[in-house]
Amino acid sequence: MDSLFTQGAWLAIGAMVVMTLLAKMMGFWVLGRVPLTARLRRGLEALPGGVILATIVPITLESGPAGLLGISVATLVMAVTKKDWLAVGLGLASVAGYRAFLEPLV
Amino acid sequence: MPSAKSSLRPALAPFSMEGFWLGFRRAVITTPGILLFGMGFGAEAAVKGLTFLDAFFFQSLVLAGASQYVALELWTDPLTWTTAFAMAAVVFTVNLRMMLLGAALRPWMGGLPGYKSYPALAIMTDPAWIIAIRYHREGGQDWGVYVGACVFLYLTWIVSVVPGYYLVDALEDPTRFGIDLVMPIFFITMLVPVWRGRMDAAPWAVAILVALTVKELVPGYWFVLAGGLSAAFTAAALFKDEEAADG
Repeated sequence: MDSLFTQGAWLAIGAMVVMTLLAKMMGFWVLGRVPLTARLRRGLEALPGGVILATIVPITLESGPAGLLGISVATLVMAVTKKDWLAVGLGLASVAGYRAFLEPLV
Repeated sequence: MPSAKSSLRPALAPFSMEGFWLGFRRAVITTPGILLFGMGFGAEAAVKGLTFLDAFFFQSLVLAGASQYVALELWTDPLTWTTAFAMAAVVFTVNLRMMLLGAALRPWMGGLPGYKSYPALAIMTDPAWIIAIRYHREGGQDWGVYVGACVFLYLTWIVSVVPGYYLVDALEDPTRFGIDLVMPIFFITMLVPVWRGRMDAAPWAVAILVALTVKELVPGYWFVLAGGLSAAFTAAALFKDEEAADG
């Protein structure tokens, strides 16, 4: 058994599982202990946009023009067509196209 | 539930198998991104010297993409108590943002009994969460959609580690095809329908500015938590009571 699954790994994975569950559950738990006023709901409604933009904008800016291009194309296509497959596909295609054809020129 | 406070408590959200399969299907779009992300973890685990089962259980039990990569960097053979503790700590900080994701689900799923809502939170992943949030914003109430998306993500995730672990060498320079931007492009796409017009402008702009600033000043992943929280506080601060005749 030891050769299949390292004993120390049990410990580390178990500890990581506990910490991840804690992170996933604590926000939900805390909000169960306060009344969900209209003001609080409005704050919670801003979380998806806030969390996602806070994650991807810094990452995208680091990946340079290709990242900005991909994000812009996906946003535009989604806003106009409302088709997520098309938006993701064209966003990725624009990144691949930029890297294949334009980046070598810059 | 006391009736006097009922308007401040979430209603009981319905669950249906139709909803489950809807969420499952809507999550299919994440397949290429999740497969590559998961394979990357498998490959990295193989390089780090984890046994296949170590890697598989790591992937299927911890279930938190970005934090797994960061923790894997610390992995040593044999593992010491100190390393295990450090890995758990880093996983917690990278995953702290998930408390915001869970919080955002409270108005929708807060009416469910705990034995349903907490297991549902346990299988939460960011892509499944945003798929569910989008569905809810478009008027949906069926939390089966959330579960279906989570289950699809989970299955893709645990399958992906296998080829990653065994085909390490085949995975060279995936950035050429825009693979590194798959997840950002997916998330921004899903966010477009969540936008509700001017009321979102200030909170979202604040989130971006705060995230960029905190990222410059503070090492680690705190910028995500700071950006997300700042959006919520901005929206709550700008809220005017007369807008909502509570109901």
